[in-house]
Formats: sequence, C-alpha cells, structure tokens
Amino acid sequence: MNLLIANQTAYAYTGGVAAVATDADSARPAVVFIHGAGQDHSGWTLQSRWFAHHGFRVLVPDLPGHGRSAGTPLASIEEAADWIVALLDAANIQRAALVGHSMGSLIALDVAARAAPSRVSHLALLGCSVPMPVADGLLAAARDDEATAWQMINDWSHSPRGLLGGNTVPGVWLLGSNRQLMARQRPGVLLAGLDACRRYAPDAAALAQIDAAIHIVAGSADRMTPLRATLALQSLLPTAGLSTIAGAGHSLMAEAPDAVLDSLRGFLLP
Amino acid sequence: MSYQFDTLTLHAGQTPDSEFGARAQPIYLSTSFVFKDAEQAAARFNMERAGHVYSRISNPTTAALEERIAALEGGVGAIAVASGQAALHLAIVTLMGAGSHIVASRSLYGGSHNLLEYTLPRFGIETTFVDPRNLDAWRSAVRPNTRLFFGETLGNPGLDVLNIPAVSQIAHEHGVPLLVDSTLTTPWLLRPFEHGADLIVHSATKFLGGHGTVVGGLLVDGGRFDWTAHAGHFPTLTAPYPGFHDMVFAEESSVAAFLLRARREGLRDFGACLSPLSAFQLMQGVETLPLRMARHAENARRVLDFLAQRRDAGAPISRIVHPECPDHPDHAVAQQLLPRGAGSVISFSLAGDRELGRQRGRAFIEALKVFSHLANVGDAKSLVIHPASTTHFRMSDAALAAAGIAPGTIRLSVGLEDADDLLADLARGLAAAGKVSVGSTPAPSAPATGAAA
Repeated sequence: MNLLIANQTAYAYTGGVAAVATDADSARPAVVFIHGAGQDHSGWTLQSRWFAHHGFRVLVPDLPGHGRSAGTPLASIEEAADWIVALLDAANIQRAALVGHSMGSLIALDVAARAAPSRVSHLALLGCSVPMPVADGLLAAARDDEATAWQMINDWSHSPRGLLGGNTVPGVWLLGSNRQLMARQRPGVLLAGLDACRRYAPDAAALAQIDAAIHIVAGSADRMTPLRATLALQSLLPTAGLSTIAGAGHSLMAEAPDAVLDSLRGFLLP
Repeated sequence: MSYQFDTLTLHAGQTPDSEFGARAQPIYLSTSFVFKDAEQAAARFNMERAGHVYSRISNPTTAALEERIAALEGGVGAIAVASGQAALHLAIVTLMGAGSHIVASRSLYGGSHNLLEYTLPRFGIETTFVDPRNLDAWRSAVRPNTRLFFGETLGNPGLDVLNIPAVSQIAHEHGVPLLVDSTLTTPWLLRPFEHGADLIVHSATKFLGGHGTVVGGLLVDGGRFDWTAHAGHFPTLTAPYPGFHDMVFAEESSVAAFLLRARREGLRDFGACLSPLSAFQLMQGVETLPLRMARHAENARRVLDFLAQRRDAGAPISRIVHPECPDHPDHAVAQQLLPRGAGSVISFSLAGDRELGRQRGRAFIEALKVFSHLANVGDAKSLVIHPASTTHFRMSDAALAAAGIAPGTIRLSVGLEDADDLLADLARGLAAAGKVSVGSTPAPSAPATGAAA
C-alpha cells in the first residue's frame, strides 16, 4: 500500500493481506517491521506474512529513498524515527510493536526511547548494537565504489555457513539476492544509512527508561554486530530479553527465517 | 569471505547432512515432506515459512543444484527443470501470454526455433527472428507488445557470439529483458549477467552435466530487471494473481519476483520438474566443471590448429568455423566476452558441392574411431555429426546454404580425451574424405563408431 508522508509517497508491504490503512478502529495489534541500510521491505517477507495472517495488522515500509518509497534517505536515525511516527499517524495506528533489523533496530530503538515512547508496545531488536560502528573502509567503499561495499557487506553479514548457501527458501542464492537488493537502491542510499548508524549516540538514561517490552534477537555468528556488542546493549536495556540463534550471521532473517519467526512469535503473541 | 568460482562448484547450496553427516549431496527421492505440525503445514502453504512441501514445486536435492548454478552465474536464484526446452518454455510463459511478442536471434538450436516459430503461435505468442549480428534488426523488430529478447551465447550452427552488452542495451531501452541460452558456454566461459543479460537458460544435459547421462535444464534469474518500472508490460509479476491469493510477486520479492512466479505457477501448473536423481547426477558434473571446461577449451584449440594446418597442407577443408578463428565474424566479440575460450563445438566443411561434399562427409564420419557419431554436444567424450546426412538430410543444398550448412559440413564437440588421439582420429577421417572424388563411391567401411567410442 502507498501512504502519503510529508507530501511524499511511502510504500509499505502489508504481509500479503489487503491493506486497511484508514481502519482506526481495528482491534488487531499492529506490527511495524523496519529494514536495514541499503535494504527494503522484502527482507521481512516471510515473518511479516505470518503475523499478517495470524491476527496482526502489519506494515513493512520502504524507508524514504529506498525501494518503492519516494524521496531521499533520511540523514540520521532520529529523522528516520520521526518518520516512523509519521507513518503510524498516516496509517491511523496509535500503538504498535516495532521490529527492526540493524539500522532498522536503531530506528525502532529511537522511537521507543525518544520520538514517541508511548506509541511503542513492544520493541524487537535484531542484529543490533549501540553504538553501531561502521568500518572506515566500508564507508569509503559505499561512497566511492558501491559494488565493493556490497561485496564487503555480503562477506561480513553472512555466517560461514551462509556464505555457501543452503537456503531454506528453495533455489534462492542468498549472496546473490542480497547483493542485487543493495544494487537496486539508488546511489547514495547505502552510504546515508551506514553513516546514520555510525553517528547514532542515544542518551543511555533514555534507553534505560524505555517502557515497552524489549526483546533482542542475535545471531551467534554475527560479525557486523557481534554477540558481545549485543550483550553490551542488553546491559543498557535492563528489561530486555535475549534470544540467540545458533550459527546465524547478521542476515539472520534470511539465514534462519523460521528461528527468527519463532522468536518473534514468542515475544509478540499475547 | 565469499568463495571463488571453483570452490562454489563443489560447495554452493549444499549443507552437510545433519542426520548422518553425509559429505556428498543426499538424494532426497521423496515426493513429499512431513510437516512438523499443523501450524508449519499451513505456514508453508501460505509462504510464511520456507521449506519443501512437494517435489514438483521444490526438493532439497534439486534446490542444492539450483543454488549452485545461481551462485556460479552470479544470479539471485534458479529453477531446475526437466530439460533445457522446459527451461525456455518456463521463462516465456512466466513473462507473457497470448498477444505477446518475442524478438529472437535466428541462430538458434532447432528445438528452440521450432518452439518459437511453430508451437507458441498456436498459443498467441509470436516471434520475429533477426540476424543476431545486426543490431538495427533487433531494434526495428520491437513492437508495442514485445516482452522478451532471446538469443544463444554461442548460436547454432555458425557459432555466432551474441553481443550481449549491445543487445541487452537495446532490450532495456525498450523495457524488455534479455534471455540468453548459455548452454555452450557455461558460467566458466561466460557469465552473461555481468554483461547485461537478465535471464539465463541452460540445457544442463550438455556441458553442465558433462557426461551425457542425464537430461535437465536450468532457468536462472539475475535479479537485475526492474519489472515494476515496466509494470504495464509484465502483469504476471506486478498485478494481483488470483491463482495465489492475489499475490503481487514483485511486492513479495524485490529481486526474485520472476522466480517466485515461475515456481509458484510454472512448476505447479505446467509441472516440468527435474527428478532429484537427475539433479544429483548434474551436480556430480558441475563439481568438475572448471577442470572439464579448461580441458574442453584446450583440446578445441589443438583441434582448430590441426584443422588449419591440414587445410594449409592441402586437405579438402574449405572452411573452419569457430569464434577463435581470426576470420570468424564475431572474433572480436569473442575476445571481449570469451577470454577463456569460445567453447569446444567446432564446425568445418569438407570441400565439394552437392554430392561430393555429402560423400566426403559420410566418408569422414565413418573413418573415425574415437569421435562418437551421434546427435548431442557437451559430452566428456568427443562427438561428431554430419548434418547434411543426419539432422538436416531432408534439406536441399539451397536450404542448407541458407542455414549456414554446406553438404560437407561436419560438427565436432571436442571432448576430454588425449588431444593426440583426437588429432590422429581426425587425420584418419580427412584421409578417407580425401580419397573421395567426383563420381567415386566411398569404399565400404565399418559402421559408424558411435556405439563403441
């Protein structure tokens, strides 16, 4: 479905069910899935379809400048968090669970900690760390030679097992599809996302006061946001639970889609 | 770090068996797969959970082959089917229906030409055939209802090298994808996606399998073509599909919408799936693809050099056709696109019009001891055929000439034997052909060697 946010068209996948954007009276709990840098909604297809077909109202937006959404990428995590709040407004959603991956997890975190804490019922953070450093070499590649950046991200965001495939989605080569998804984004989109991640420095006190239920999902073989960094994040979020998916890398929704779904089900189902 | 091509030929797509630790790819010869519980069953049917349900749609062994080929081609994914022809059919019916139009190279394998020229028009899909070297012809053949460009990386029978960068640019200017048949090149010689192609089909029966034992095909998606940007052209991918809960495939998958529809509709409804046993056999072949293709290319060069030497020494050879020959019209394109080699299919013509050429062709073939006389290419064993007396025997000399075939044309598929044995065999054939003159009758000889070679 398309929504109008700040006079620009924003696309949101609805999990394969008809959109009910103006259904303010909907009793269904809402879940918003937020993608990472250089990605779009399609990384969440399997998990979001499950929730959409099991009583949830689902929105999986393409962030501004990404995928099917118009505009240019937002320059900071805070701006993106404000945009998610505007998305909730445009869709007449008062309160939602936010599920974010990588850059998307920082955006979700900032909505819950700063932008609109009262509108977040649940917060699921996948492939997350605070801070989220980005190597200078990757930033330089994203600026000067995107193809090299795609290769670096593929190398670092997949587990040793994932680098050889064995996808649970029949016939789909994860490295090829991830590279091509990044290649689909407009020039500069990846750099803007990585730079926003690198610069995000939230107030630790605000993180500690997040009221929403918090669940962290980590891949044990994640080399982009390593497990030790995720554990450090958990120490900043006193109420957060943690589930670790054995063997999964940073691209854990693609490498272990069922395990991610089961973890989110356990967290979000009443 | 990501792995190199030769490593991927052995490992991509295969997870060591979790039950018994089998190192080789297990053959899951099972039509269907037990669900863990009712929730998983429903979720798999509705594409909320990934996994295998029924082997017409997907199978673990077949999926390993699909991933491996996608990895080698640099694509987003692949679908294995029962033959190369099934792959071509699946590509076309996934993209279009009645009222659509294809622009295709006229230099195609006969089965593909037949599908486009005679069969698909019965279902409302028309094709305009063009000289693949004439870029203006590709451009001027485009109609408002054109939905696909199609050509072979190495065409039949003249071994034309498709100028993929130029042809794909024209296709994209008109909002249509370029599909290439890469059977004769394989990803070891050429990776078409890197040059602008959008979709690839393989007859895996040939060099991918490589041993002449199993028939199969593959359809690979590069994930580069933006179907949504040309939504009006491709409603099968961009409009709701009543056959699967009004799914819009291009929304479900930003880069693999084509494969999603091809599997969910094409395999489900047309059903040309590959047997898991065949998938295993093809994977066995793919494991040695780099070694075999290097040897194919090396032996082909030895044969080309030998034929040229014999021609220069007076053997009755009027023409040698291979893109590595400097006089081939696509020699420059081959140097650009095929630096590792232009394949191991070679054709050459024994001098002589009409009956003399045909008699020399027969004499040549019948003298061979190592080359097997049969209608195939891409086997580990060397193969030979004389089109004028076999595949094209009903055609007049004029019709043969129009197809680029002389009465004395011989097609070789150079295999992996010791090159010296191959050259000695060809020398035998040339000696026999040289003894045939106008009005002579070839001496009775042993039957063709196909069965024994």
